[in-house]
Amino acid sequence: MKLNQNIAVSESGFVFNPTTGDSFTTNFLGKEVIKLLQEGKDGETLYKEIEKKFDVSRNILEKDVEDFKMMLSNYQILEND
Amino acid sequence: MTKRKITVAVTGLNNIDSPGPGIPVIRGLKDSKEFDFRIIGLSYETMEPGIYMNDLVDKSYQIPLPSAGMEPLLERLRYINYKENIDVVIPNFDAELYNFIKLSSILKNELGISSLLPDIDLFESRHKSKLCEFGEKYDILVPKSKMIFSVNELIDNEKEFEYPMVVKGQYYDASIAATREQAISYFHKISNKWGLPIILQQFVSGTEVNVTALGDGKGNCIGAVPMRKMYITDKGKAWAGITLDDKKLLEISKKTVENLKWAGGCELEYIKSKEGKYYLLEMNPRFPAWVYLANGAGQNHPEAMIKIALGEDVPCFENYEVGKLFIRYSYDLIVDISEFEKIAILGEK
Repeated sequence: MKLNQNIAVSESGFVFNPTTGDSFTTNFLGKEVIKLLQEGKDGETLYKEIEKKFDVSRNILEKDVEDFKMMLSNYQILEND
Repeated sequence: MTKRKITVAVTGLNNIDSPGPGIPVIRGLKDSKEFDFRIIGLSYETMEPGIYMNDLVDKSYQIPLPSAGMEPLLERLRYINYKENIDVVIPNFDAELYNFIKLSSILKNELGISSLLPDIDLFESRHKSKLCEFGEKYDILVPKSKMIFSVNELIDNEKEFEYPMVVKGQYYDASIAATREQAISYFHKISNKWGLPIILQQFVSGTEVNVTALGDGKGNCIGAVPMRKMYITDKGKAWAGITLDDKKLLEISKKTVENLKWAGGCELEYIKSKEGKYYLLEMNPRFPAWVYLANGAGQNHPEAMIKIALGEDVPCFENYEVGKLFIRYSYDLIVDISEFEKIAILGEK
């Protein structure tokens, strides 16, 4: 899975998919995950980056990130390679 | 720079909950930096709001309903042209286009009124009832559809179309029927309002996306802007929408306008399926009521249309702003009874 390159994410956490016209809001952590995905960071690299900034156990982090990615996929923000 | 003075007659002044494109077209014209447009409104009813929008419409005239035929329309346009010396006419209703297309050469040669309209064969070919043939001819995906004249025919075609199916009027209205009872009810409701035939169409599940476009009649698509509805009224009309960055949709639309050698404005209505396929539901032969969004996104289609109608070369628009929204609103005009009296009694104001 990779992030749709057209996705625009603002500083306020407003996410816009210009292909579908859909827009969403996300919190600080969601914005951070999208930013990392945009930089091509995923899996272990992404978890480590998040762990540097947030005090979170690995189990919870992995579950939350995977749930979030599932949501991004449903909204066509993440696409199949 | 001195602006060129041009007089343009525009129909579709019914800026109501299911709005005609007239007022958005006029707003596009008024935004022109090159022309100083005098706008002549052509109306069918006394309550069309555009008649009373004095900042947009300089003068209004009633014209005969399309059902009256070409001769009364021509007679009326002769009178209006005598008073106003019209340069270009922009008809904006599906139902009136037949008369305007048929009259276009007389209007040009006798009255000096230009227009940019498709020829009658092309106009007829994209009709809802002929959409399948149209799709085959121009290599466009279209949902299966069939023209019917009776409830018996509806029942006969149940197996072919299955439920849910779309029941459509020949000009306006469409409903999705999930059962035979619903389909029969929509058949009667739509045919009572808009007449026969009724069109049965295969239901395609997906997201509706629309494109407003302009063709120069020589095989060039001068401009095209895709939009997705964000808010829809109970009549299925867009009350808000947003411009999209959808290259495939744009490519299909441009190719369609180019292959057809379409002349004038048009709206292409599609369903984008979950598999990413685009099915053309309708091709409306005039600008949509949301055409001002194209203007807001950087493509002034009405102004470009005027230039083409006047025989000028117009380059194709290269881009537009993605993520631009339109949000419609309603507004109460306060009108003196004398204004209403003028249009009601004299047929002009």
